[in-house]
Amino acid sequence: MISFKNVTKKYGEEITAIDDVDFTVEEGKIVVLLGPSGCGKTTLLRMVNRLESISEGEIIINGENSKDLDPIELRRKIGYVIQSNGLFPNMTIEENVMLVPDLLGWSKKDKRERFKYLMKLSGLDAEDYGKRFPHELSGGQQQRIGVVRALAADPPVMLMDEPFGALDPIIREKIQDEFLQIQREVKKTILFVSHDIDEAIKMADKIVLLRDGKVMQFDTPSEMLAHPKNEFVSQFFGKDRAIKSLSLHTVENLREIIGLGPVDETIQDTKTINVHQDLRNTLSMLMNQEADQVIVKDDHGENIGTITIDLVQKYLHFEIKGKISASQEG
Amino acid sequence: MENWARFLEVNASRILELTIDHAVLVSLAIIVALLIGIPLGIYLTTNQYLADTVLQIASITLTIPSIALFGVMIPIFSLINQGIGFVPAFVALVLYSQLPIIRNTYTGIKNVNPEMRDAAIGMGMKTHQRLLRVEIPNALPVIMAGVRTAVVMNIGIAVIAAYIGAGGLGVLITQGISRNDNYLIISGSIAVAVLAIIADSILLLIQKRFTKKVLAN
Ligand SMILES: Nc1ncnc2c1ncn2[C@@H]1O[C@H](COP(=O)(O)OP(=O)(O)OP(=O)(O)O)[C@@H](O)[C@H]1O
Ligand SMILES: [Mg+2]
Repeated sequence: MISFKNVTKKYGEEITAIDDVDFTVEEGKIVVLLGPSGCGKTTLLRMVNRLESISEGEIIINGENSKDLDPIELRRKIGYVIQSNGLFPNMTIEENVMLVPDLLGWSKKDKRERFKYLMKLSGLDAEDYGKRFPHELSGGQQQRIGVVRALAADPPVMLMDEPFGALDPIIREKIQDEFLQIQREVKKTILFVSHDIDEAIKMADKIVLLRDGKVMQFDTPSEMLAHPKNEFVSQFFGKDRAIKSLSLHTVENLREIIGLGPVDETIQDTKTINVHQDLRNTLSMLMNQEADQVIVKDDHGENIGTITIDLVQKYLHFEIKGKISASQEG
Repeated sequence: MENWARFLEVNASRILELTIDHAVLVSLAIIVALLIGIPLGIYLTTNQYLADTVLQIASITLTIPSIALFGVMIPIFSLINQGIGFVPAFVALVLYSQLPIIRNTYTGIKNVNPEMRDAAIGMGMKTHQRLLRVEIPNALPVIMAGVRTAVVMNIGIAVIAAYIGAGGLGVLITQGISRNDNYLIISGSIAVAVLAIIADSILLLIQKRFTKKVLAN
């Protein structure tokens, strides 16, 4: 758990980069720091592992005040991932990943075992990739290694500063999915910086929306989309925030609320999607008119109905727009 | 051609001897220069104010003409009865080597990608761990380039040291000039050039050996 208590950061007399910030990252949750460039996301993140000093207020990490801890020890207990992965080019992948365990004096055997486990998480072959140097990997692979390196000594807390920001959109989405998969297994307390709204909606249990170092809103993604607290928040998420919020819902949710359509066996040109697919991707697929009929399958591969643009629109209206208009009236 | 054959027959062993003297003088000077320059360069990366001053002094040293520096050394070392010969030449060469070695060590480490340094600090490395595991290995090609510059430069400068009785290949050249003997001048010059090329190649080989392939390019 990471608690920010009235945290302020000043550079000299003039610049207040972080202004009285107060929120908590619950254990095992991902909180995304979101906001326009220069709003203080990186500064706030780096105050947690004391790469930046705290001018006022305090940060409590798992019950301990960060300023009472030795910075070196503190940092070894916090996984840190940066945008340009920060892998050391003079070390092999195995040396890179095992660096913190090495600093902590783990035995060779423990390190070897941990490395194999981490590489399994990353989906890269330990034997093959372990001996390579960072430049012998693609950008996406390097970033995967950057993430598992931060997990190496099994720290309870992770700080991630735009970890997928340098990747092209397709790889980025894939690595986001993989990371969420890993998070389901490791359940770290994560502070994650992003300036990408879609990424924030997808990754966050809660979002901190910052502007000029102040918290504009701290809420779950769906709450923030449905009930923006002020003009800045609603503008930041844009007019299409209803469509954006579709990515928080799955075909399964739609099925539960309004039900799917019947399967027409006579139609030949069909496509199938999984019931856990999010509605935003489903909608794009429907709009591209890739097939005359889109059949929904459950996890056992059984057909459980069909989905159409009309159904998504209806769901959007009932479930999401309803909330948004209610909030605008209120 | 016949003249050359006869010349070499008489002088080959002397040339070899002088080449070895030359190499020993330069090698000893470089070893001492490395022992001073590399730690100093590393230390300067942590002290900006001192860095500016030291680098400036080292630059000024390099602008002193070698013959003048050797000249200055004579009265100083006369105080301990070492006015001419090996000691003043050795000290002058150590001084000349400082600039390339200190500067390249300093800038090599300073120019390590700041994000890499940030990652190292953020992962909880102590200063010496960061230096030894990240900064120095990544600065090694730049540091080695400085060492190579110093070695090649010193092989040239050590020729002048013959004037203050330090021996080495400069002896052939100075004798050649005073006796108007082109064979001596040419053989001395070629020996100096060959020595420089060999030394540089060996150092390059060492550098490649110790630098992981990623950094070699
Ligand atoms: N060392 C510093 N001295 C003075 N001002 C600084 C310093 N570091 C950051 N700032 C200022 O603090 C503010 C917040 O910077 P920060 O890097 O945290 O922004 P950010 O939200 O991470 O932006 P981006 O999305 O572009 O990465 C900026 O206005 C920046 O100019
Ligand atoms: Mg930033």
